[in-house]
Amino acid sequence: MEKLINDFGFGLFFWQGIVLILLIVLLRKFAWKPILNSLNSREEGIENALESAEIAKREMANLKADNEKMLQVARGERDEMLKEAQQIKNDIIADATQDATHKSNDIIAKAQETIQAEKKTAITEIKAQAAELSIQIAEKIIKKELDNETAQMELVNKMLDDVKAN
Amino acid sequence: MQNFSITSVFLSLLVFTSVSIFAASGEGQVDTQSKINDFIDHHLQDSYDYTFFSDGETNKHYGFSLPIILIDNGLKVFSSSRFDHGTAVVEESGKYYKVYNSKIYETNAAGDINLGETGYPTNDRPLDFSITKNVATMFFVGILLILAFGGLARQYKKRSVPIGFGRVLEPLVLYVRDEIAIPNIGEAKYKKYMSYLLTVFFFIWLINVLGMTPLGVNVTGNIAVTACLALFTYFITQFSANKDYWKHIFWMPGVPIVMKIILIPIEILGTLTKPFALMIRLFANITAGHVIVMGLVSLIFIGKNAAFDTPLSVFLTLFLFVIEILVTFLQAYIFTMLSALFIGLAVEEHTHKEVEAETNEII
Repeated sequence: MEKLINDFGFGLFFWQGIVLILLIVLLRKFAWKPILNSLNSREEGIENALESAEIAKREMANLKADNEKMLQVARGERDEMLKEAQQIKNDIIADATQDATHKSNDIIAKAQETIQAEKKTAITEIKAQAAELSIQIAEKIIKKELDNETAQMELVNKMLDDVKAN
Repeated sequence: MQNFSITSVFLSLLVFTSVSIFAASGEGQVDTQSKINDFIDHHLQDSYDYTFFSDGETNKHYGFSLPIILIDNGLKVFSSSRFDHGTAVVEESGKYYKVYNSKIYETNAAGDINLGETGYPTNDRPLDFSITKNVATMFFVGILLILAFGGLARQYKKRSVPIGFGRVLEPLVLYVRDEIAIPNIGEAKYKKYMSYLLTVFFFIWLINVLGMTPLGVNVTGNIAVTACLALFTYFITQFSANKDYWKHIFWMPGVPIVMKIILIPIEILGTLTKPFALMIRLFANITAGHVIVMGLVSLIFIGKNAAFDTPLSVFLTLFLFVIEILVTFLQAYIFTMLSALFIGLAVEEHTHKEVEAETNEII
């Protein structure tokens, strides 16, 4: 203890005090304050960056969900439209078929009518021609037949038969 | 390769240290037990000139003188070279001074030192503000700190992440802040004490490290230095203490009134023992380190068989040297950590009331 007291250098104590005070003052101004402030602001910057990244991530997720929803809606709409289109197509086809059936029926009917009319005309014509032919034939036959008596009689009889039969 | 180079650095440091230590005595070869003891004592003390090494046979010293500043009937300033490494008596305006055991004493013209019963000189001592070896080292460390950390601070003006040596310093600053200041003082109030804690931490560490170099200084192994450092912590603690702290000292809540009265002197003593422990711990650790390293180095000089003693001495010294390198950091850490702890105890809020809007700025 006595050695310690004897060794206590007041000058050393004094200078240590001066040096320490000076160092604290100078380092505070030129080193610690700027260093700690920059470290703080850097840490805050990093924290903010992380936070905003988190927010961006969340927004991204929201956006993705929104997109998904919109896609879902769009898909629904598309299906709806497709269904409607299908319906319309079917309707059109059905209508067309019906129309076509009607029309073809009409055409067929008309054609049949025409055919009937033509047929009638043709039959009438044939009848007329046949009548003419038969008249001509009958003339010739009559001209030839009436050359003899019996034949004339016979014809008159026959005709009478026919009339009777009628 | 890395390990090898580190080892070789230590080895060369060791060789240099031993050379510088053992050539410096000035009284022939240092080769006996008592001479070695004297030499170690001499090393542990302050010195008025900066001697790097000296030749014991020709009594030549290599180094430089430092200014002596005495206040003894007026200011007296002269060079330490006039003491001629403690051998000469200096006459300065009618008074005679002589260096004895690294201290300046007032003597008669013949330079007689009267040893009292205790074995210490009874001569008067002038008020001595000399720039001694230790003071010069403090200045040197101060300049180094300002250059290093001023440089780091300037770096932040240009970039947010430092490059080069700043990259080494920044984690240390962060370490003091995150591992020492914030856990002990608390997030709310630590900023006020950062300047002191950082300064003390790096000052003690660097000056401890310099003590391990061939410069052969022993600053923190001086009781005056550690006393000054501890007093700073003491005053900062007392002046930043809040009402709760004083209440716990002078009127301990929650104990019977008789106990309150008994506790007052104990608590007051307690405030003093804390810085006292700081002072002794740093002083004793560094002094012990220096004594052991030097003692192990001197194995070479007192042993009989140099071929056997030298490797043993080098090995043991190297081993201890590495531990001492750790101790330089450890003691700086402990001093700063305990300072922060004491400050933290003084500013702690014991009740959970709203913390007043106190300034939490770096001041």
